[in-house]
Amino acid sequence: MVKITVDGKVLEVDENNNLLEEVLSHGEDLPYFCWHPSMGSVGSCRQCAVIEYADDEDTRGRLNMACMTSPRDGARYSIEKAAQFRAQAIESIMINHPHDCPVCEEGGECHLQDMTVMSGHNYRRYDGKKKTHTNQYLGPFIGHEMNRCITCYRCVRYYKDYAGGTDFGPQASHDNTYFGRWQEGPLESEFSGNLAEVCPTGVFTDKPFSKHYVRKWDLQTAPSICASCSVGCNTNPGERYGTLRRVVNRFNDEVNGYFICDRGRFGTGYVNSDERIIVSMTRDSRDDNPVLASPEEARTSLHSMMGAIGIGSPRASLEANFALRELVGPDNFYAGVSSAELGMYKQILDIYRTKPVKVARIKDIEASDAVVILGEDVTNTAARLALAMRQSVKNEGRKMARDMKFPDWHDAAIRQLAMDCKSPLFILSPYATRLDDVAAQVHIASAEESAKIGYAIATAIDGNAPGVTGLSKESQALVKTIAEALKGAEQPLIVSGTGSMSPALINAAANIATALSDGEKKANLALVVPEANSLGLAMLMEESDRALEQAFACEETHAIVLENDLYRRAPSADVDAFINKMEGLAVLDSMKHKTGEAANLVLASGTFAETSGTFVNYETRAQHFYSVFKPVDSIQSSVKWLSDKPLAEVTADCAKEIEGCAAIVGLTPGADFTVAGMRVPRQQHRYSGRTAMRADVDVHEPKQEQDEDGIMSYSMEGVPATRDSTVFNTAWSGGWNSNQSVFKFQSHTGGPLKQAGHGICLIENIASEKTYNEFEKAESAKGDYQVFPLYHLFGSDELTAKTPAIQEKATSGYIALNEADVAKLGLQASDGVAVENNGSVPYIVRSSIQPGTVGVSVGLEGLNFRNLPGAVSLQKAEGWTSPGSWNAANIIISDKSVAAEGETA
Amino acid sequence: MLKGLVHQVKIIWTQIVSLWLVFLHLFHKADTVEYPEVKPHTFPRWRGRIILTRDPDGEERCVACNLCAVACPVDCIALQKTEDEDGRWYPEFFRINFSRCIMCGFCEEACPTHAIQLTPDFEMAEYVRQDMVWEKEHMLIDGTGKYHDYNFYRVAGKAIGGKDKGEARNELPPTDRRSLLP
Repeated sequence: MVKITVDGKVLEVDENNNLLEEVLSHGEDLPYFCWHPSMGSVGSCRQCAVIEYADDEDTRGRLNMACMTSPRDGARYSIEKAAQFRAQAIESIMINHPHDCPVCEEGGECHLQDMTVMSGHNYRRYDGKKKTHTNQYLGPFIGHEMNRCITCYRCVRYYKDYAGGTDFGPQASHDNTYFGRWQEGPLESEFSGNLAEVCPTGVFTDKPFSKHYVRKWDLQTAPSICASCSVGCNTNPGERYGTLRRVVNRFNDEVNGYFICDRGRFGTGYVNSDERIIVSMTRDSRDDNPVLASPEEARTSLHSMMGAIGIGSPRASLEANFALRELVGPDNFYAGVSSAELGMYKQILDIYRTKPVKVARIKDIEASDAVVILGEDVTNTAARLALAMRQSVKNEGRKMARDMKFPDWHDAAIRQLAMDCKSPLFILSPYATRLDDVAAQVHIASAEESAKIGYAIATAIDGNAPGVTGLSKESQALVKTIAEALKGAEQPLIVSGTGSMSPALINAAANIATALSDGEKKANLALVVPEANSLGLAMLMEESDRALEQAFACEETHAIVLENDLYRRAPSADVDAFINKMEGLAVLDSMKHKTGEAANLVLASGTFAETSGTFVNYETRAQHFYSVFKPVDSIQSSVKWLSDKPLAEVTADCAKEIEGCAAIVGLTPGADFTVAGMRVPRQQHRYSGRTAMRADVDVHEPKQEQDEDGIMSYSMEGVPATRDSTVFNTAWSGGWNSNQSVFKFQSHTGGPLKQAGHGICLIENIASEKTYNEFEKAESAKGDYQVFPLYHLFGSDELTAKTPAIQEKATSGYIALNEADVAKLGLQASDGVAVENNGSVPYIVRSSIQPGTVGVSVGLEGLNFRNLPGAVSLQKAEGWTSPGSWNAANIIISDKSVAAEGETA
Repeated sequence: MLKGLVHQVKIIWTQIVSLWLVFLHLFHKADTVEYPEVKPHTFPRWRGRIILTRDPDGEERCVACNLCAVACPVDCIALQKTEDEDGRWYPEFFRINFSRCIMCGFCEEACPTHAIQLTPDFEMAEYVRQDMVWEKEHMLIDGTGKYHDYNFYRVAGKAIGGKDKGEARNELPPTDRRSLLP
C-alpha cells in the first residue's frame, strides 16, 4: 500500500493496481471505456486522463492515462485539472456517433451516455458529415449496429483475447475501423452474449431482448441463479408486463464474475413459451380427456394421493425436492435420475468430503497454472468453467511478466511478452473439444483408457497411489509429461465430471488431486455434474440409493413426479412400463412433456423466474434465487403445491433434517428482513407506467402483488439497491446507469461485493489424509460400435432447448463417426444411419473419433441417448430423409470433415 | 367616545362605496364566459389533451423509446416497443391513463421525435372513469401537430426501409471494411 494525493485528498492505494482502479475504488468518478476489470488496461480510449505532478513544486504536471499508471508513493495527481482534455477526447469520440439513442437498445444503460455526460460534453459542435458502416448478421443472439462504434476495442479484447473466439476481429484502418466477422454468419463463440455487456455502447445488443424490448429501468428484477447447468452463475433476469424479457450477468466474485455463457443468457425464453403448463388439469383415467382443475381442486387431488411414491429432480430446487420427500416420506422418495448417475453424484460428494483436495471455484480455475481435463467436454456441459480455463493458460505469460516486474493489469504488454507461451492444459477426451486450441496436448481416448491414464498419473506423482497395467508406450509418455507438469505447478487443477458417465474417471481425477496434495497445499479439483441442483438432490439421497430403476420396480400404484420428464432419464420402454403400471400419476412441471401427457393430474409449476429456492452447484455451493415476478394465479411454485408451509419454513426444515444442509438458512437475510421498515424493491426507482400498465383491464389500480416468501416486494417502494445492498439485483448508481456501476457495490474495484451473499459451500473440505481409490475395470459393452455421449451447449439441456433463439443454434439428434467407419458402412453425404432399435438419424464425420466408436448426441430431438446400450450396431438407413430440425452448420467443431459440410437441411 | 363614532361612520362609508362599485359593475363587460356555448380561447402551447403525431411522410413518429413514460411524474404512460419489417421502431400499444394525467407536459419535453404533443383541447370529462384510459388509436392523428418538418429517421443513423446507411442527413456513404486506404 502507498499513499497518494488526488485533488488534495490523501488516498491509500495498492501499488499493484493501476491508478484508475484505485481512484474508482475510493469512490471518485473518473470516466473510462477500454479498461475492464477482468481484461486489464491497454490505454487506447484516452478517457481516464489525469494530471500527474512530478513533485510538490510542480504546478504544471503532465497528462497521464490513469489506467496505464502505477500509483507512485507520495505522488500528487489531479482528476479535475484534466477535465478539459477528457471533454475534448470524448468530443472527438462522439464525432461520428449517430443520433440513435431513442432507437438504441443500450439507451438508458449506456456507458457512453454516462461518460459523455460525466465528461461535460453535452452539445455537438461538429456539423460535418458522419462516417457510416454497414451491419452484419451475427446470428440469433447478437444484433450489430456498427455506426455506434467508438473503437474502444473492448469487443475484440473480449471475444478474441479473453474468450478465444476466432471468427471475429477488427477490419479496415484509422477511422474506418470495423468490428465484425470476415463474412456474415452466426458468432461461433459460446460466450458471444457477453459482447452486449462488454460493449460500452449499442454496437452489440441482445437480439432476443430487442424483439420485446423495454428499458432497463422498466424491468422488474431479482437476484437469480442460472438453472441451465451445474455452475450456478448468478444472473439478473428482468420481467415486464408478465413476461421474462432478458437475463444479464449478476456479478459474484466467487462464481461467475463478469461473464456468463450464451445458454444462460439466451436460454430462458421457454418461460414465455406456448409449451408452458399454465393451468392444472385432471382426469380419472388415462383414456379420458383432461379437464381444467382449479388450484384448490388440484391441490386436494395431489394431497389425497395416499401411499404415493415421489420422484424428485435434479433441476428442481432443493426445497421442492425436500417438500416432496416430506409429503411422501423419505422411504418413498426416489431420485429422478438413473442409479448410475445418482451413484456418481454421491461419489463426487464423497470425494469432496474425504479427499485432501480443494474444490475449485472459478477464481481458482482462472488462477491455475497446470490443468488436466479427464473426459469432460466442459465447453458443452459447464461452459463458464471452459471460459475460466482459457484464462488459466495465460498464467504462464503473467508469470513471465511478473519476473520482468510488469504489473498484472498491463494486458497488451503481457500478451506481447507471452506470445504463444501458455500454461499447460492437457485434455483427455474421446473426441476433439472446443478447448483444444489452447491445450498443450490432446489425447483422444475412451473414458476407460482416460481413467487408466489418470490412475497412472496419480501413481507417477505419488508412488503410494494404486497403479494400472497395460498402458501403451504413447500413453506412458503422456503420463510422464502430465505428471511433470502437475508437479511443477503452483496451483494444479484437475477437471472431470459425470459427462463421460464413468465413475472410474471421476476416481482417477480424485486420485490425481489427492496425489498432488501435500499438507496445507491442496490441488484444485472440479467435478462437473449435469444440472443446476444435481448435487442438492444427491444430498437428499444421502441415506438411500433409490433411483429411477428402483422406482420403476416399486409396488406402489401412485406416483408424484416433480419437474422431471422421465423419458429423458431412462429407456423409453422402461418408462412406458412404469406409467402403464401406475393408477395415479401426478406431474408437477412448468413445461409440457411426454411424462406429463401420460399423467392423471398435471399441476402448473413455476419456473426459476417465478419461484424462489436454493440450488446446489458443482462445488456444493448453495445459492438462493428469488422469484422475479408473480405468474398467473393458476401457476404456483412446486413447494407451494407440495407443502402447507411457507418457503422459509421448508428451507429451515430441510436445513434441520438433511445432513450437511444446515447452512442454507443463512443464504437469505430471513423472511422478515426489511430496510427502513420496507422490503427490498424488485422495481427500480425509475420504474414507469405504474398507473397505466393495467389500466386497459381496469382503471382502478389493484394492490401490488404480495410476495409470500418475504424479503423482496413486487414494488418500487422501499430503499433501492444502494452501495451496501444485502439483496443485490440491479447495479445502478447516480451517473452510472450501465452495468459498469457494479464497481460502486464492490469492496474494491473488481473485488467481492460489499455485503450481498456469495452462496455457501455446504461441504467444507477439511480432509488431510491421503486415501486412494483402486482402479475397477468396468465391463466393456459388446457390440460393433462403442457409444460415447456428445453434449451440446445449445440443445442438450431440456428447458433451454425450448427457447426459440436456442433452437436456431441447435440441431436434431445425430451421431458422429470416423471416416473409416463411414466408408465401411458405405454412407454417402446425404444418407442417414439406422441405430439399432432407435430409428434413423443423420451423421457427421469427425476425424478425431477413433474407429469403432460412435458419438451420440445427448438430449437432442429424435434420439434418446438413454435408450442406447454401451455399444450398438449401425446400418445405412434406406429411404431416409433428414429431419427439418437437422442443421449440421450449428455443430461447431474443429475436426469436422468436408463430407459433413454440405448437408445442411 | 369620539373615536368610536368616527369608526362607525367609516364602516358605513365603506359599505356605501362597496354598493356603489357593485352598482357600477352593472355597466361593465362580464368576465365570465357562457361556457359551453362560448368557448374560451386557448393558445397553441396550452397543455391539454395529448396526441401522437405523424412525421411529414405520414409515418408514426413515436419510436417507443419510453422517455415520456419515465418522465411522467404520475406514471400514467405505458407502452411496448415493437418493430416493423422496415426496421422502424414503433409502439405495439401506447396507453395513457388520463384519469391520472396532470397535463404537466413533461412527456412532450422528453420526446426526442416530437411524437407526443399536448394540444389546446381540454374537454376530456367522462362519466365513466374507465373511458379515460386512451390507447394509441385514440391519440394518433394524421398530421404533424405543432412541429411540421421534423422527421427523426432522416437524422438518425439507423437504417430503415427506404433509407439505407449513409442516406440520412449529414452522412457519408458506408465505409469499405476491406480497404486499408485512407
